[in-house]
Amino acid sequence: MNVVTNNKWIGQSTIRPDGVDKVTGRAAFAADTTMPGMIWGKVLRSPHPHARIRGIDTSKAEALPGVKAVVTAKDIVEFPVDKSVMLGIQDMRWMCRNVMAREKALFPGHPVAAVAATSEAIAAKACELIEVDYEVLPWSIEIEDAIKPDAPILHEFNTFEGKPSNIAGKMELKKGDVAEGFARAEVVVERTFTTRAVHQGYIEPHACLIGVGADGKTTIWSSSQGQFMVRAMTSLLTGIPQSDIRAIPAEIGGGFGGKTIVYLEPLATMLAKKSGRPVKMVMTREEVMRATGPTSASTSTVKIGATKDGKIVAAQGTFYLQAGAFPGSPIRGAAGCSFSPYDIPHVLSIGYDVLSNRSKVAAYRAPGAPIGAFAVECVLDELAEALKIDPLALRLKNAAKEGTKASHGPVYPRIGYVETVEAAMNSEHYKAPLGKLQGRGVASGFWFNAGGESSAQVNITEDGNVVVTTGHPDIGGSRAAIANVCAELLGIDYRRVSVIIGDTQTVGFSNLTGGSRVLFASAMVVTQATEQVIATLCKRAAKIWEIDPEAVTWEEGAARPAGANAGKFPPLTLKELADKAPALGGPVGASVQLNTQGAEGGFGTHVCDVEVDVDLGIVRVVRYTAVQDVGRAVHPGYVEGQLQGGVGQGIGWALSEEYIYNKDGKVDNPGFLDYRMPVCSDLPMIDTILVEVPNPKHPQGVKGVGEVPLVPVMAAVANAVHNALGKRFYALPMSPPKVLEALEVAQAAE
Amino acid sequence: MAKLHVSTTINGEPMEFLCEPNDTMLDALRGPLGLTGSKEGCASGDCGACSITVDDQLVCSCLMLAAEADGHELRTIEGMAQGEKLHPLQQKFLEQAALQCGICTSGMLVASDALLRRNPNPTEEEVRFWLAGNLCRCTGYDKIVRAVMETAAEMREAAQ
Ligand code: FES
Ligand code: FES
Repeated sequence: MNVVTNNKWIGQSTIRPDGVDKVTGRAAFAADTTMPGMIWGKVLRSPHPHARIRGIDTSKAEALPGVKAVVTAKDIVEFPVDKSVMLGIQDMRWMCRNVMAREKALFPGHPVAAVAATSEAIAAKACELIEVDYEVLPWSIEIEDAIKPDAPILHEFNTFEGKPSNIAGKMELKKGDVAEGFARAEVVVERTFTTRAVHQGYIEPHACLIGVGADGKTTIWSSSQGQFMVRAMTSLLTGIPQSDIRAIPAEIGGGFGGKTIVYLEPLATMLAKKSGRPVKMVMTREEVMRATGPTSASTSTVKIGATKDGKIVAAQGTFYLQAGAFPGSPIRGAAGCSFSPYDIPHVLSIGYDVLSNRSKVAAYRAPGAPIGAFAVECVLDELAEALKIDPLALRLKNAAKEGTKASHGPVYPRIGYVETVEAAMNSEHYKAPLGKLQGRGVASGFWFNAGGESSAQVNITEDGNVVVTTGHPDIGGSRAAIANVCAELLGIDYRRVSVIIGDTQTVGFSNLTGGSRVLFASAMVVTQATEQVIATLCKRAAKIWEIDPEAVTWEEGAARPAGANAGKFPPLTLKELADKAPALGGPVGASVQLNTQGAEGGFGTHVCDVEVDVDLGIVRVVRYTAVQDVGRAVHPGYVEGQLQGGVGQGIGWALSEEYIYNKDGKVDNPGFLDYRMPVCSDLPMIDTILVEVPNPKHPQGVKGVGEVPLVPVMAAVANAVHNALGKRFYALPMSPPKVLEALEVAQAAE
Repeated sequence: MAKLHVSTTINGEPMEFLCEPNDTMLDALRGPLGLTGSKEGCASGDCGACSITVDDQLVCSCLMLAAEADGHELRTIEGMAQGEKLHPLQQKFLEQAALQCGICTSGMLVASDALLRRNPNPTEEEVRFWLAGNLCRCTGYDKIVRAVMETAAEMREAAQ
């Protein structure tokens, strides 16, 4: 495939098609819509971290005037625990029990029943009237407790090494022979790190509005990272066939992975079905914090050995990740991405999936990879110190390149990791002097990126403009990038291309918006569809001119004779050909469905400066530069935005965000006041350097962008804190009390 | 309980609505008034997605009772553009890609407008502290702060 580089729209920060709606308040997000006759749904949630449900009596709630329906696990399709039914990476055995507790309630906030009533207040009152007979069981929250031999077991059927266990899975990646590698090492650093559970923190709570007709035809209006995922999961959990479920993607107010599964939709569907009324459900922030997301807390041990000249000879990592109440923590990302930026002959990377009485984890931006990178990149910093090598020089010396066999398996094609390290080294930032109590840290990161199923339609309107329909919710400006791609190919102004997101019954199957796959996949299908449209238009021009279609080319928005031999005809513009369409064979359009292949991994290298207030223990990030190989920045404004947003989230993870559990096994900080995400005054400007090593397997050279920028951040911050204080933190977050404590310990030791 | 009758002015238009005594202004805006541009991110005053102005004071509408609107002048995101003409802040947010998902955008714009009305020449630090009550999880704030500073500079120039 040829990568076109001399473009008019690709590489321009154009105005997004949905922009005006979003700056004027017109855009309709999940909670912004109503239906005639609509009633309100509310979830009753378990107060216990672990309890057997002996019975549920809903009769009093049902008798309350205004209550129209009540549902419990009985109303949700059950998937037996002994047979796995997979939908993508989700196992329906766990999904059916996560949306509604079945045998047991497994975390505080686990739904046990849901009510629909004529007002929110009545629905809430009805929830109070439901009597649940709980047998309260012992529980565990932390990894160390959950893997003790006598730990309370969440799922009796889950065994590990032949015994009932809270370890739900193990994965191992192996390259070479680490024992042999470490035998050759002259310097070895081995450390253990912990991170706390953090939430994706999207500002829009989960919400949906669902109507079910008497004929079973179901309309779902909700915000998610995939309307097709919503349709498929709701279908599986309610028994309504997919052909009867129209899932309409509302504008989505942030997801970061957290909206790749359903919580409310199956419940609202059953409530709507039972009541015969459309049902709206909106989570409170507290429900979001208690019962959705977050990503795993973790304990990781990483050991890296090098020879004195700075060549890394062996690396080993063991990553324990919390899954929450059901199997499925992102051990693949932790074990599989952490060593990937480097060319290391001997690697052993092991991940353990650990159950405990917390809400089931959901994907969060490069799931697992930031956890692994925190450990690996901090160890590399110590290694560089021990070897007396500049930390970026150490990375450069060991950088993976074209032909390197990655620790996670593949042999790399041409990749841009080296370029990111060099750009960081050459940046003005890296050379700038530091002030008092300031320190500088660096770190790198990797994410697989992804392709997969995508569909798109490109239709020429009767007045000669273009409508592109894709199947991916636009979470950060992808419509703008698609408009750039289509306008570029057609040679027309991008404002003539309208890009919309189709619902499940109007566009072909398209997989989730996630894993940094959307622009890679959708630009590929949109390119093919646009090329088909152009071929049709050229054929039609050929017909008018009575020449061979091969003798027509498409340039700058018009069909033109290809060279002097083709004849002399004035160009036929898109508008003229649209006008003539009825006489030339009818409407012009194309529809393409693909399982896209050829996604290439992405690499980033970050430089972070911090300043520590030693009296208050506050670490402030004062300067930050994120460098990333983005393949091709189709819309640079939104590419930079991905980098900046990822860095903001990483700084929160590093310095202030954490789930705090109380002695009753409940989250103590389920709101934005106490779960402290970075606010505007916490952050500096975040500089970005976009390295563009085009992906040769993509028509525009696109690589995924969104995940990588979170991966290096916590390590970059931690390394900067170490550089400032000479003191290393092995546990996140580096919040003021912990920084003060560490400073006091250090002082006492002096 | 009987509903309360409230007479108020929203975006320059006289408006009347009915509410429960415990409804918040955000409930009223998003419910009976049909102004869903103001968003609910937390309902506890911590995210700013529900920002409006009441008699030119910036408030979180989730922390105000709907009944308190009686006799006051409210402004919401829906009143920011003049017909088809976007406010310079709205235009700049679009040009600078200062929004990603857009859920915080209404509140950010209302809050930024309130800042520029009282301080047409804010420093970066002033912008950052003024907007510290408006959470954005997508952008890292960089492009938002730049958009506000640039709009302020352009509006100062235009006013001369
Ligand atoms: S909804 Fe009002 S501040 Fe969050
Ligand atoms: S743009 Fe998504 S929260 Fe600000």
